[in-house]
Amino acid sequence: MFRTTVFLAGVVALPLLAQLPSTPGTKATIEASPAAIAGSKQDPDAVARGSVLFKEKCGGCHGMTAKGTNKAPDLVRSLLVLDDEKGLLISPVIRNGRPAKGMPKVGLSEPQIGDIVAWLHAQTFAADHRNTYLFLDALTGDAKKGEAYFNGAGGCAKCHSASGDLKGIGGKFDAHDLQGRWLQPRAGRGGRGAAAKAPITATVTLADGKKVEGVLERYDDFTVSLKDASGEYHSYSRNNGLPKVEVKDPAKAHTELLRKYTDEDIHNVTAYLSSLK
Amino acid sequence: MTMRTLIFPTLLALGASFANGQLLDPKKLTQQPTDTWPTYNGDYSARRFSTLKQINSGNVNGLSLAWVNRYGSGNGITIKSTPLLVNGVLYFTAPNHVWAADAHNGRELWHYQYRQNTGSTIGNRGVGIYGNWLFFEAPDSHLVSLDARTGKERWSVEIADPKLDYTSTVAPMIIGNHVILGIGGDHIDNPGFVQSRDPETGALQWKWYTTPRNGEPGIETWPDEYASAHGTGQAWIPGAYDPELNLYYVGTGNPNPVMAEQSRKGDNLYTCSIVAINPDTGKMVWYYQVSPHEVHDWDASVPIILIDGVINGKPRKLLAQASRNGYYFLLDRKTGEHIVTKPFIDTLNWTKGLNAKGQPIPDPAKYPAPDGRLVSPASGGATNWPAQTFSPETGLLYVGTSRSYSMYYVTDTDDHPEGWAGLDAQAGTDGSALIAIDYKTGNITWKHEWPAGGGPSHMLSTAGNLLFTSNGSNFIAFEPKTGKILWHAGLTGPMTAGPISYELEGKQYLTAAVGDMLYTFTVNPPNK
Repeated sequence: MFRTTVFLAGVVALPLLAQLPSTPGTKATIEASPAAIAGSKQDPDAVARGSVLFKEKCGGCHGMTAKGTNKAPDLVRSLLVLDDEKGLLISPVIRNGRPAKGMPKVGLSEPQIGDIVAWLHAQTFAADHRNTYLFLDALTGDAKKGEAYFNGAGGCAKCHSASGDLKGIGGKFDAHDLQGRWLQPRAGRGGRGAAAKAPITATVTLADGKKVEGVLERYDDFTVSLKDASGEYHSYSRNNGLPKVEVKDPAKAHTELLRKYTDEDIHNVTAYLSSLK
Repeated sequence: MTMRTLIFPTLLALGASFANGQLLDPKKLTQQPTDTWPTYNGDYSARRFSTLKQINSGNVNGLSLAWVNRYGSGNGITIKSTPLLVNGVLYFTAPNHVWAADAHNGRELWHYQYRQNTGSTIGNRGVGIYGNWLFFEAPDSHLVSLDARTGKERWSVEIADPKLDYTSTVAPMIIGNHVILGIGGDHIDNPGFVQSRDPETGALQWKWYTTPRNGEPGIETWPDEYASAHGTGQAWIPGAYDPELNLYYVGTGNPNPVMAEQSRKGDNLYTCSIVAINPDTGKMVWYYQVSPHEVHDWDASVPIILIDGVINGKPRKLLAQASRNGYYFLLDRKTGEHIVTKPFIDTLNWTKGLNAKGQPIPDPAKYPAPDGRLVSPASGGATNWPAQTFSPETGLLYVGTSRSYSMYYVTDTDDHPEGWAGLDAQAGTDGSALIAIDYKTGNITWKHEWPAGGGPSHMLSTAGNLLFTSNGSNFIAFEPKTGKILWHAGLTGPMTAGPISYELEGKQYLTAAVGDMLYTFTVNPPNK
């Protein structure tokens, strides 16, 4: 589908990650994230109680994440659950069971049934809304190799220093967030703790040879506009590539590396930067 | 006279134009679009080429504004629909909204607003027209029919379960007495389907599931029926039609769960495929899968263009697609036989080459993973749904492209992941270009690198030796043979739907949607 790529790294706060089973490769039992619970408009306390109750009373057949087993169906993709509002459809099923289909009455109180309904709705909301997903652990690389790449093939040390601009960077962000930030410093993140973004500058060479330098404001086939060091705005028409514009993007090295990195290089650099506490 | 009383004589005049009292003469659907733009892509070939040449490379520098009008009111409305033009009236949409406007001056003739609902308003790609009846998809998964003369609702019917979070955005395709509909939405592993409805009653004529059920061919490309039935593959933009072969061609979307593939090993037919369907029966006649076992959200629900061309000296009925996965495909549209596969961006890094049928072989090392995998293109693709165009005069297919990168992450490592089960995070871009692809070889004949911005943008080519597209808020005319820029105008924003061209009383116009506005251009004769 045609959507803008989601920049979630900045949204995911560290405390949330701590609640996740985050070892890659394990069969993670996915619980709705706090953002999903909030989005589902369910009472977080009811969801928490429902989670425990479901695992104890229902999980044996429907699976601990309600995604079904060979004994009982997936409830996250269940039409009855998706069609339900406020338990009107789900509650009778839990209350009475479905003896004909082998589902017993489980003997839950009405408030308990309500808690399970709340949890189920949070689970379906979570699966349905990818902007509430939480990232897993991105710290899989080798910090030593990452350091070698940083100082060698990657060329990172030409502009950055572990004891300078990147001092303590590993303590500021979790590995996933850090990986997103160093790969693409211009990605749409901001707010507290975001690295200051060095502006893109340009030099325009006019027909008479005069050069105008400044921070690039707009650049296309027909106009180039910039603001010089004194804050004065300059704008020029362009025709057939003239006047000549030389763009200087401080993050250009990051873009150029996109064609060169291996995934291993990326994970190693992330591990190295994460070690800079 | 008041505005209101003015409207009726216009409409009466329009209605009387055809002997049978029908606004759209069905013959128009099989002709070159000139005084009519009767279907999403202008005609069934979907090449979005206008044979008009009153506006041409010789006078395009005099192309100027005929009118501009705003149809929203600061309420976030975006016209992503290619307007239809029938009998001097433009019909266009935004989610929950349909308008009719006089193409001479942009004046609104009527505005229909659908009932309040909670469906997704990501976009609406327009109406279909059959005689006097308009059809459009409402966000809560309904097909609505309006009387084109008045904007009055005739009926609405449910086309999918509204609670399942489908995105109903597709412009209906009218073939014979079939209103053919796709639907969108890959949030929660919904079944995917294309369906046909009766234009008079809205009754279901047939429904073709994009993924097979037990006993059907293709089921062997899924672990089991459950995975297939939840495999999605939505056809969310209209396709193309060959009246002679009586085949409707449509591209299907990505499989679900979108970014976690552990529960759907196999090729996952018929997701990310080009399929040929008999519009009378809803039966699939052939398919070609452009992305077997897709994991990066690269739908094949992108333009499909029919070309009557020559390959190795022989005339062939062909079908071309520059797909979201970064490859150009050329097929025989009678049989589905593969002819050409060629990458059209040079940053692709996700395949191990092509198989004997010309299909990309996905590299498992580039499947999304919990710690991320760097892949080009990003989930938005090398190109996307925006209109592409093919000019039979140059033999070139014009495509807006992006050399983007993303880190692709799996967020759900369960044996049975659900929904997207992952995300991609933008990692930067190597740039964006407008490219002209030689349809026979897939080679890039010329390329215009945008200084900034760009990516998939809407296109139209004309017999006036012109190619129209946009970059940023610039509306631009290129020389289609060479890629030289001939004209431009600054609009209030990027073009948000495919531009169209048409003639009214012998004068050629060009209409482009920008946000909630339509701009219409023409070349005025010199002062006497």
